[in-house]
Amino acid sequence: MISVQTEDFDVGTEYEALRSSGSGTGAIATFSGLVRDSGDLSGVTGLFLEHYPGMTEQVIQGLIDEASRRWDVRQARVIHRVGRLALSDQIVFVGVCSAHRADAFAACEFIMDALKTSAPFWKKEITGDSEHWVEQKDSDVDRSRAWE
Amino acid sequence: MSNAILNIRFFARLREELGTESLQFPAVPGQTVDDVLSELANRGGVWAQLKGSQPVLMAVNQAMAKSSTPVHAGDEVAFFPPVTGG
Repeated sequence: MISVQTEDFDVGTEYEALRSSGSGTGAIATFSGLVRDSGDLSGVTGLFLEHYPGMTEQVIQGLIDEASRRWDVRQARVIHRVGRLALSDQIVFVGVCSAHRADAFAACEFIMDALKTSAPFWKKEITGDSEHWVEQKDSDVDRSRAWE
Repeated sequence: MSNAILNIRFFARLREELGTESLQFPAVPGQTVDDVLSELANRGGVWAQLKGSQPVLMAVNQAMAKSSTPVHAGDEVAFFPPVTGG
């Protein structure tokens, strides 16, 4: 299931939903991404996140489908927030249920790496007196390509 | 082809710098995404950046596209900077 939303989410609630999704699950890997105080700029006080409604969900569904072809994925959950976010706010959650840990870890990491370079989201960093659209990082592109 | 237009959308930095979220553009048979991009860039001024040094990604009907992807009347064509979510 995929949600793109302005509202915050509760990792515990999401974990419990994944845990109760089927008796074949022997491993759950989860990832949470947070707003931090430095990125392209230092002294970041918050972020603004924009997305392309419709395309975003289709791209993420494609990533979950690909993960399900490559690994044992019983259930996958992706939540991505948009709009104005403050320091330490949660931005993104990826959770994957699998029979075994290796598949859960790999599928979770793949979905997150591929999301960063293919899902149409854009981050703008906000500091005390300026705003800056974040540039795509070569290191993120490299991580995503490594799964090809 | 009762409605011979393309619906063009811009996101993020491009949306801000062009001062435009969306516009309608005449659809012409045989047109590609790059034809649309070039015509918009030819408007000059801020629009020239569409063919500038910064990469511009493109999507047709909400799927990633290439310069050579054909576009047809009624299509939604989007231009945006490299993505930075997660």
